Amino acid sequence: MIPALPDPTTLASAVSVRDRLALAQALNLLDDRRPAARQCAAAFLDALPVERLDAGGHLIGITGPPGAGKSSLTAALIQVWRRRGLKVAILAVDPSSPISGGALLGDRLRMHASGADREVFIRSLACRGEFGGLSAEVWPMSLAMLAAFDIVLVETVGVGQKEIDVSKMTDTTCFVAQPASGDSIQFLKAGIMEIPHVIVVNKEDIGMAARKTLSELKTTLGRRTDLDGWQAPALSASAALGSGIDTLADALDSHRNWLLERGQFTTRRQRCQAEWLVKHLREEFGRYGINRLGGEDALFAELTNAPRRSPIAAYEDLRTRVIPNP
Amino acid sequence: MTTPIKRDKPWLMRTYSGHSSAKASNELYRTNLSKGQTGLSVAFDLPTQTGYDSDHPLARGEVGKVGVPIGHIGDMETLFDQIPLGQMNTSMTINATAAWLLALYVAAAERQGASPAQLQGTTQNDILKEYLSRGTYIFPPQPSVRLITDIIAYTVKSIPKWNPTNICSYHLQEAGATPTQELAYALSTAIAILDAVRDSGQIGAEGFEQVVGRISFFVNAGIRFIEETCKMRAFGEMWDKLTQERYGVQSEDMRRFRYGVQVNSLGLTEAQPENNVQRIVLEMLGVSLSKRARARAIQLPAWNEALGLPRPWDQQWALRMQQVLTFETDLLEYGDIFDGSPVIAAKVKALVDGATEEMARVQEQGGMVQAIESGYVKRQLVTSHTERMRAIEHGSLKIIGLNCYTETEQSPLTGGVDSGIMKVDPRAEREQIERLNAFRAQRNHAEVKAALANLAETARSGANIMPASILCAHAGVTTGEWSQTLRDIFGEYRAPTGIDIPANDDSRGAKAVSIRTAVIKTSEELGRPLRLLIGKPGLDGHSNGAEQIAVKGRDVGFEIVYEGIRLTPEQIAKAALEEGVHLIGLSVLSGSHVEMVEDVFNQLSQVGLKNLPVVIGGIIPESDAKLLKERGISAVYTPKDIDMNGIMVDILNLIRKAHDLQPVTVA
Repeated sequence: MIPALPDPTTLASAVSVRDRLALAQALNLLDDRRPAARQCAAAFLDALPVERLDAGGHLIGITGPPGAGKSSLTAALIQVWRRRGLKVAILAVDPSSPISGGALLGDRLRMHASGADREVFIRSLACRGEFGGLSAEVWPMSLAMLAAFDIVLVETVGVGQKEIDVSKMTDTTCFVAQPASGDSIQFLKAGIMEIPHVIVVNKEDIGMAARKTLSELKTTLGRRTDLDGWQAPALSASAALGSGIDTLADALDSHRNWLLERGQFTTRRQRCQAEWLVKHLREEFGRYGINRLGGEDALFAELTNAPRRSPIAAYEDLRTRVIPNP
Repeated sequence: MTTPIKRDKPWLMRTYSGHSSAKASNELYRTNLSKGQTGLSVAFDLPTQTGYDSDHPLARGEVGKVGVPIGHIGDMETLFDQIPLGQMNTSMTINATAAWLLALYVAAAERQGASPAQLQGTTQNDILKEYLSRGTYIFPPQPSVRLITDIIAYTVKSIPKWNPTNICSYHLQEAGATPTQELAYALSTAIAILDAVRDSGQIGAEGFEQVVGRISFFVNAGIRFIEETCKMRAFGEMWDKLTQERYGVQSEDMRRFRYGVQVNSLGLTEAQPENNVQRIVLEMLGVSLSKRARARAIQLPAWNEALGLPRPWDQQWALRMQQVLTFETDLLEYGDIFDGSPVIAAKVKALVDGATEEMARVQEQGGMVQAIESGYVKRQLVTSHTERMRAIEHGSLKIIGLNCYTETEQSPLTGGVDSGIMKVDPRAEREQIERLNAFRAQRNHAEVKAALANLAETARSGANIMPASILCAHAGVTTGEWSQTLRDIFGEYRAPTGIDIPANDDSRGAKAVSIRTAVIKTSEELGRPLRLLIGKPGLDGHSNGAEQIAVKGRDVGFEIVYEGIRLTPEQIAKAALEEGVHLIGLSVLSGSHVEMVEDVFNQLSQVGLKNLPVVIGGIIPESDAKLLKERGISAVYTPKDIDMNGIMVDILNLIRKAHDLQPVTVA
């Protein structure tokens, strides 16, 4: 039998009390492309507790070039958060094969050594050629996880702007720089890459090269801030030695507090959703779709001022406006 | 009157063996010695190899299965009861816990009244290859290299006749390595280890020549026995040059390439298993024909290894093969019969050139440790093995009875009451745990505590680990306690899986395309991409099968969750839930499949997934396959299932069946 669709309201209440099986089913549902499932998913998202989606938890993006040590850094962060009593969900995005569409997903144990803690939940996602690094399902899935967990961390591979789009769909973005590689610094200098909220040089245990990269990053960042006025700290850490991880967790947390103090937290979440909607539209219809809806700036203004609703329902509305008679 | 012909001394003849308990293995060893075996080769069970006591949750189902459980000095004394260690030559296949098992061996010998200086034998102690094949590593590469180094430094001074490390190309071939890769990676490992010994400062310049002289190798011999002969000659030439040029070893004797052999298991078949006998004999020729490149010690697998565990009679047959070659034939009466052959010389040169190139690539990356950590070497091996599997599937690599000449009469060899294999007594695990508890109860706890504190202090300080380990052995420390102390200090490691290799031409072939189309169609019917979890539960590290299925699955469009070896059933169930997979594929080669499946099913129903289809692959006897299916396993795959595309279609249809969809046929 084709999997029966769950009752969205029951599923949403089970997810909000952190029923693990329910969360797994919810993520499956958000991955389901059948029209009936899309409707069910929209209803499910609408039934999640609003205060969690608007202001609950902390949605963090972590990105950086392959080999920078994102997974091991994530593993170390999980330990710190668990020690602080926080419950952690991870969305790990891996590239899929350009030939087969198949994918190899296998970072779970590198991120979570013991692999048995029930307060840690990891879902891997293949990016399936969409969004150049960030799978289309990431935003809705992040919301489902935020309804149940204190920290939701999205891990993506990448170094250029395309991949760092993760930053636009999270509260706080952390960029992991590879020691002794000038790439990230060049990207920052050239303005190819927007400034993340926290930059960390991993592998400080290797010594000189890591210190040099850190000081170059600090110089490059100077006193630059992001659009909100936040000045990104550059830190160093070692996942291998476990050093600098508490400081990193603190830095991520201070960005959240900074947003909260300024009353920008919920606004940012809304902007995340607007970014996702626009990106999704562009992916499906190209510039044509955006222009049909009045161009990017107008669309952003409209979306950030619109009343809160589930991303799937909002997207379906936009779609029907692009193609009025499907 | 004719003068007696002068014959060379035969090599050491051993049989890799051990099972159930120290007592049962001791009886087996004494029988084997009485049949003319001239050395011992100890097989340890997986908990002993990975540093767990028999009552650890991870040891469940594995105790006494692929070897003997040795938990403490009492077990070691029982293992060698009535076998004088001062005169024996013992090879121990032990790696991550080599320092501990050697410490127990030394302590047991001391209790027999023998001094360490008298002992002869070998500890495999090549932890680097464990990251690439076999998988019984525990610690990260750096502390592992330190342990290898400590054993070398200790034995060179205190057990001068011991071979402290057997650098293994054997397992690389089992993981798919070509002869060139075997040469390159084994010699690169030797460089990593010798550099570490030199840099450790434990051995002075004059002692270093001794160290080089004590390094031995453990090599594989495949069915292409001419090429294998050439590989062995290439090893000899390259080692001579390497030790002279890189380490300045003056003495020709110390530069000699010394090696032992276990012939190939990868090519042994489950189909028509009697053919394995001629395979084993031919493979033995590859390492014995050329006098200049002849093995110092040979152990042969049993004909029925692909079916299950060999019985004493099967092992006797393997020993008799060696005895016929050495005592009946005229092999040992001649000098080297290949010297001067231009054909052989050309082949040797080609192998040397290829291996030299690959070694340079490894050195460019910073050496063998770095090339392992980055996943480079493992990817090379997975790629080679994928090529091999593909050649078998296509029939361009012929394997008699498997992919050609498959018609056969019923074999009388596998028809007996035991189906031609040995079954480990299911009571073995419980009895071993009872003995362990009894042993723990009678030791001096203060002494144990002090010995472990001393071990921890030694591990932290960087001093040689051996003397502290021997103290632990005498004090009654257990295998689990020794290992846990070091786990706490060194940490644990997960090696790269190496499956992230580019897709090969097969994935663009017509068959793969049609499977992919069917996979996508089913994904659309079910609403989302099809996901498989490939899980290796238990302590067994033989991952070829799991890796090949993972790569193939990706190439036909599945999303694959694979995380390497040594997962607990709990981790498997947790991953199945969190990842929302449609099917689980398990791989178990240690013989513990029945227990593992039971545990996985229990865990799955605990997380609410008891209806998820589960398939299993491994060395699984017919009778067990039936049992597993009764318990709810959807399909069982064994080494005779070589049609990878067929397996993929099977898996697809199992997923369809679980959702009440009609099966698809793929042209």
